[in-house]
Amino acid sequence: MNLQAEIPLDYLVVLSTIVFFIGLMGVLIRRNLITMLMGIELMLNAVNINFVAFNHYLFPHRLEGHFFALIVMAIAAAEAAIAISLIINIYRQFATVSVDDVDELKH
Amino acid sequence: MTGPKIIFFVLATAIVVFSILSIASRKILRAAIHLLFVLVAMAGLYYMMNFQFLAAVQLILYAGGIVVLIIFSILLTSQINSKLDPPKKSHLLSGAVTAVGGIVLATITILQFAFKPSQEPAISTNMRTVGRQLLGTDVYGYALPFEVISILLLAALVGSIFIARKNKI
Repeated sequence: MNLQAEIPLDYLVVLSTIVFFIGLMGVLIRRNLITMLMGIELMLNAVNINFVAFNHYLFPHRLEGHFFALIVMAIAAAEAAIAISLIINIYRQFATVSVDDVDELKH
Repeated sequence: MTGPKIIFFVLATAIVVFSILSIASRKILRAAIHLLFVLVAMAGLYYMMNFQFLAAVQLILYAGGIVVLIIFSILLTSQINSKLDPPKKSHLLSGAVTAVGGIVLATITILQFAFKPSQEPAISTNMRTVGRQLLGTDVYGYALPFEVISILLLAALVGSIFIARKNKI
């Protein structure tokens, strides 16, 4: 399928820009740790769209964007695992996952 | 409107709408399900660009792994019927200004930039090429990042078990 003739690269890059800033807004407006994590996942996925689109449209003789996207996914998985174990730990100490209520380092 | 264009616009609309719903929804479990729809639609985009392996990894790792992990942590930490607090006006305002300003600035920059595609012939993206390059040690080989990422995943695994355990050593 000849995608280049049908859909310009700009469409994909603008789409990923929109998703990135929606994720950023999610991180900024929500005070719940889990929803903030979801915003970060949205941002990582937007970056992945960019990598894959540039690989497919501009450098089809290599697979660099493909492997970058794979590595970003692996890092996102590691990050989600660490973040969720931290969230569970915070919930055990403070009985809440809202960042406004978690305001002391010492217990 | 041709076939691929229609599919692209359906996927793009789904991605944008569900990602807005996922940050705007006040029920946290519903937000996680909307995130799942975004990730599945992105796998569809990867299929459109002929990256079948990446689409499969996206479905398995994100839709099957991370979303399930997020839902587990929601079930462990929140009441299922409780609604999130509505965001403060000042947070909402600053977030909206940042997002809209960023989208406008980045879009203007993108539309002004002329991307130059390389003229070299495309290689196929089937599983054989991907596997050979992922484990290759020659000029287009990615064996080193692959091994480094496996060590990182092991460290994250051990670290998250240690952080989440109840009685610390």
